[in-house]
Amino acid sequence: MLDYSEKYSMEVADGTPLKKSLARSLRKEKLRALALIAPLLIFVLVTFVLPIGTMLTRSIDNSIVEEILPRTVLALEDWNEKGDELPNEMVFRSFVEDFQDAIADKNHTKIGSRLNYEVSGMSSLFRKSARKVKKWDLTDNAPIKQKLIEVNKAWGDVETWAVIKTHSVALTNGYFLNAVDMQRTPFGAQAQPENKQVLVKLFIRTLKMSLIITGMCILLGYPVAWLLANLSNRTSNLLLILVLLPFWTSLLVRTSAWKVMLQNQGVINDLLVWIGLITEGSRLEIINNQFGTIVAMTHILLPFMILPMYSVMKTIPPSYLRAAKSLGATNWTAFWRVYFPQSVPGIGAGSILVFILAIGYYITPEIVGGTDGIFISNRIAYHISSSLNWGLASALGAILLGVVLLLYWVYDKIVGIDNVKLG
Amino acid sequence: MNLSKFLVTTTALTLSAGIASSQDMTIVSWGGAYSKSQLKAYHEPYSEKTGVNIINDDSSAEAVAKLRAMNEANNVTWDVVDVVAADAMRLCDEGLALEIDHDTQLAPAPDGTSASEDFGELIVSDCFIPQIVYSTTFGYRTDLVGDTAPTSVCAVFDLENYPGKRSLEKRPINNMEWALLCDGVAKDEVYNVLETSEGQDRALAKLDTIKDSVVWWSAGADTPQLLADGEVIMGSTYNGRLFSVIEEQKQPVAMLWDAQVFDLDGWIIPAGLSAERQKRALDYIYFATDTQRLADQAKYISYGPARASSAPLVGKHADLGIDMAPHMPTDPNNAKNTFLYNYEFWADYRDDIDAKFQAWLAQ
Repeated sequence: MLDYSEKYSMEVADGTPLKKSLARSLRKEKLRALALIAPLLIFVLVTFVLPIGTMLTRSIDNSIVEEILPRTVLALEDWNEKGDELPNEMVFRSFVEDFQDAIADKNHTKIGSRLNYEVSGMSSLFRKSARKVKKWDLTDNAPIKQKLIEVNKAWGDVETWAVIKTHSVALTNGYFLNAVDMQRTPFGAQAQPENKQVLVKLFIRTLKMSLIITGMCILLGYPVAWLLANLSNRTSNLLLILVLLPFWTSLLVRTSAWKVMLQNQGVINDLLVWIGLITEGSRLEIINNQFGTIVAMTHILLPFMILPMYSVMKTIPPSYLRAAKSLGATNWTAFWRVYFPQSVPGIGAGSILVFILAIGYYITPEIVGGTDGIFISNRIAYHISSSLNWGLASALGAILLGVVLLLYWVYDKIVGIDNVKLG
Repeated sequence: MNLSKFLVTTTALTLSAGIASSQDMTIVSWGGAYSKSQLKAYHEPYSEKTGVNIINDDSSAEAVAKLRAMNEANNVTWDVVDVVAADAMRLCDEGLALEIDHDTQLAPAPDGTSASEDFGELIVSDCFIPQIVYSTTFGYRTDLVGDTAPTSVCAVFDLENYPGKRSLEKRPINNMEWALLCDGVAKDEVYNVLETSEGQDRALAKLDTIKDSVVWWSAGADTPQLLADGEVIMGSTYNGRLFSVIEEQKQPVAMLWDAQVFDLDGWIIPAGLSAERQKRALDYIYFATDTQRLADQAKYISYGPARASSAPLVGKHADLGIDMAPHMPTDPNNAKNTFLYNYEFWADYRDDIDAKFQAWLAQ
């Protein structure tokens, strides 16, 4: 039995049903729209999503061990890494076969550096052993196990083989564990020794200080934005230029300027000593610590707070305030009950901008942060460019990204993301 | 224009922008006074001789990470790269640098001594072509350290006689060695002690005694600036930077050469260059690391040439006209008590000790 809509379907002039014809023309519209945004979409995909995506896969990718030492990984499967017995001759023989192949392909030091992230000494163990193992002839039946241990006694440690086995899986949680001060061991995930735990602390500090910086920006930015929105055009334009001026100055110059201002023999301390507020011996420590980072970053990020606030406040009609007052509200009530709620979308937009920029900052904390003012991004930068532990850097980056998305979600739940305006 | 055509065109445009003309060569170095010394001593005479146009790129601080990324993208745009020896070792380990046969690919000394003998032990990696010996050492403000000028590196740990701030590099390398040395460990025992977890704790405990008085630096220019501003009374940095504070800027600063740590800087050629570019890079290296060229560089900056045969040729500073030999870290008067950066040790322990060092810093 046909249903109602099909029985009584309308048709266009050429006889095709109206529904189909409509869908077809809509599809055409959609395709055209898609084609129009295609260049941008492709650009974003190729230069943004793709690189970040491939970088993030490094946080779990550990195929290097399996690729360079395939026979060893297979042979180690039957060995118990939790016991205190060395692997058998078979494992040693497969390892030397793999190792010789790796030396021929010049891959042996790569695996050394990879395993050195987990246990110190692996790097030189692989590099030095290669010089001797390279020339070995495997066709004679001499016990390889003994020979290898003679080359370097580290090959006789159960720990060496346990490390290889523990980190031989192609997809690893090891980097993520490292990123939260834990480690992958034969006995499962365990906490890092206490004197190596620093990353969780840095994550918490990054979030805490970014919140403080966002708060400072709101406090300092709100009155400025209000002035900008309510002064005559001439004066507010001048003020706006003053707000924008830092934008046109290099970040490094601004940060270094704070150094000159805040350092021990700097402008502020000199001034305070000169007017006699403090003595020569008690100059203030206001740089190379958290205070310095907060001051410098608040200054640098302030325009990102002021501009969205300003553009929202600009749209609030001044007549509302006048109306409130004429109905008997005090100045404060009129501001707090009428003006402020309308400016909240600007605060929201500014806060999201400032907060997200702040948690990714690393140049400013590096220069003025000393030891207790540095952020997690400083460690990410270190692992990308110095230690070359890109797996750990990606894991740290992925966690940071996750935290931002989580906070964004919380913000949406509490304030509502529709309640954010850039003007 | 359809999509595939569009992609092909944009890719082609990107590629053609990335390919330099065949007479261009990109040389990567550290920038500042150091790049200038290379420009004067190597680049200018080489361009004059061959007509090759040399493009400078000041990316050496990020060289290892960038080379790795270039290699993965299969588009290496650098021809010759200046790196410290530790980075050269890592690039070699990762297969990112070309292995060099030092005897056939580098010029022999004027008296016929082979290059590998002339450079001697400074060839710390198969990929590394040594260029200079520099040192990380301390400078102090002569007017702020009181009546007795410091003569030993342990003055850094002596807050009683030398109160005030000192600047140290924000990494464990060198600081751990100095701490152990001043905690009574014999010089040839330092690395044996530092290998153990107790030894590392001991070094950190020693550093802990001055932690509140330390300003940590991460750029070589920081300490000279901090010294000039009177922010610190002593601080570690590269000897060439201190030379320029003392001799060029005439600041009241003096060198404390005691326990200076020698390190090496030199060239590598990236792996994966086309045959033609590789040949050109090797030709440049042959020219730029011969005995006379290395000695020439010392006219512009106070770093010691890496060849034994260059030392007698070191003359006067090009602008100041002063003798450069007494300012070299290798000068016998300065080199009474020295360390050589232990590449093997730090390649092994860098990750581990750095994690501990950072955790200690964050406490």
